[in-house]
Amino acid sequence: MMAGSIQTDDVRELYRDLILDHARHPRHFGKLGHVTHTAEGINPLCGDKLRLYLDVDANETITDAAFEGSGCAISVASASLLTDTVIGLRASEAMTFFDAVTAQLARGDSLEGSEVELGKLRALAGVRDFPTRVKCATLAWHALKSALRLDTAPASTE
Amino acid sequence: MTHASRITEAQSVVAACRADFPALDQDVSGHRLVYLDSAASAQQPSVVIDAIAYYERHDHANVHRGVHTLSHRATDAYEGARETLRAFINAASTSEVVFTSGTTESINLVAQSFCRPKLGPGDKILITHLEHHANIVPWQLVCEQTGAELLVAPINDRGEVELEALYALMDESVRLLAIAHVSNALGTIIPIKEITAEAHAREIPVLVDGAQGVPHMPVDVQDLDCDFYAFSGHKMFGPTGTGVLYGREALLEAMPPYKGGGDMILEVSFSGTTFNELPYKFEAGTPNISGVVGFGAAARYLEDLGMHNVEAWEHELSQYMTEQLSAVEGIRLIGTAAHKAGVQSFLLGDIHPHDLGTILDHQGVAIRTGHHCAMPVMEFFGVPGTARASLALYNNFDDIDRLIAALGKAREIFA
Repeated sequence: MMAGSIQTDDVRELYRDLILDHARHPRHFGKLGHVTHTAEGINPLCGDKLRLYLDVDANETITDAAFEGSGCAISVASASLLTDTVIGLRASEAMTFFDAVTAQLARGDSLEGSEVELGKLRALAGVRDFPTRVKCATLAWHALKSALRLDTAPASTE
Repeated sequence: MTHASRITEAQSVVAACRADFPALDQDVSGHRLVYLDSAASAQQPSVVIDAIAYYERHDHANVHRGVHTLSHRATDAYEGARETLRAFINAASTSEVVFTSGTTESINLVAQSFCRPKLGPGDKILITHLEHHANIVPWQLVCEQTGAELLVAPINDRGEVELEALYALMDESVRLLAIAHVSNALGTIIPIKEITAEAHAREIPVLVDGAQGVPHMPVDVQDLDCDFYAFSGHKMFGPTGTGVLYGREALLEAMPPYKGGGDMILEVSFSGTTFNELPYKFEAGTPNISGVVGFGAAARYLEDLGMHNVEAWEHELSQYMTEQLSAVEGIRLIGTAAHKAGVQSFLLGDIHPHDLGTILDHQGVAIRTGHHCAMPVMEFFGVPGTARASLALYNNFDDIDRLIAALGKAREIFA
């Protein structure tokens, strides 16, 4: 159920149980033993800072992913959901999730009719009604894009 | 009103002024706006907004230039504001009141014009650990440019400057002490008068970052005996893009211009230029005339209310806010100095300040979250940022009750 405006929306639409669970108990939190791709994401507005680690094999499959850092509930939950999502995907598939998530959160595209099956990433949908928090939710995803492109500069939401 | 017993007649004059601020009369997220972010930027009273609009509609022209009527009116309005601000801080002369774009430019002016020509290796600039970035970075830049060293006086865990340690750092190689009047992140009121006496006994000039001082208490630069005092219009209910650098006349006289351009010269030829007298020497280019007109209107507004009344009212509010916040389960107050202005940083449980800011905003309560342009302060307290509620003269007890209720909601969501 999507409420129309920020005035009538409950803030719980943003802080859904799944988001709070992932924020409090982030999955895949820490370093990886073997890292092929990594990137840092920094949100200068609120000081969110995280590093994403990926282990990508010769077949371009992400065999493992992890992250560390600190940030608000939205940025940590989004990073946790990201790692949960991309493990086992090919790099190109992971990028289709990047496209879908960033398009839907930043541009407010409909969540329905998406070409990728977002699954529990839908829990991030509440962010769309909180424009100042979209950057928090997309931070880890920008780090994913940077890592897969082997960028050396930190990803920034600015 | 349940808090009536706490309020004197003089304070009630200030309490009644909320209606003067049109921006406060609105709903946010379906709730009456509670604005607790005045330390970032204060709202403007109608008299300021109207003064700017009147100037733009009737009197605008360039200043100090034309012989025509509008130029004359614009100059009168601009220079009238300078006299108002001179009186507001009790400077000895309008020559000592330089208009700038804000506190940041005022401090940079002193760094580049007063300090840079005389600094070299072995010289030191002294600041404290609680400074805003605007009173750190300009000194880092000038130290890099000259080979001078930046010294940082420590603070204690209440957020107070350790005065004995500060004085111990004041040796003969210190060329300037640059220090906040009130900490923007912690609310600490620094005993400037006592510090300038100690510094002057060692022949060290003192710059005061007064951005958070002028909105909350009477400021008398002659009584403080500081050499420079920098402040902004938009923290004291005026428009953004305005500020003042107060400087002792003898010091300003000896300083080279900071920027070159029109209005700061007497005569220009390609063989050389004769600079204009104070304060125009430091005001190159067409200034922010309408902004300064609004800035002057803000100072007049505060004079009419009486800064002693403002200070007394905010003191009551601040005490109440501290009492109420202290009673919130799971709260950690950051900045607990004995002498504080109405600024309180805090953390609530394990809730990230940014999440707290969103939840409060959703209940119409505007606070600041983050590092407050004081990252060394955050590092000192071992936190990435804080939530900060800051008061101004237009706040009331009900605002604080709303803040407390909103924090309760945040605790519920993150329970």
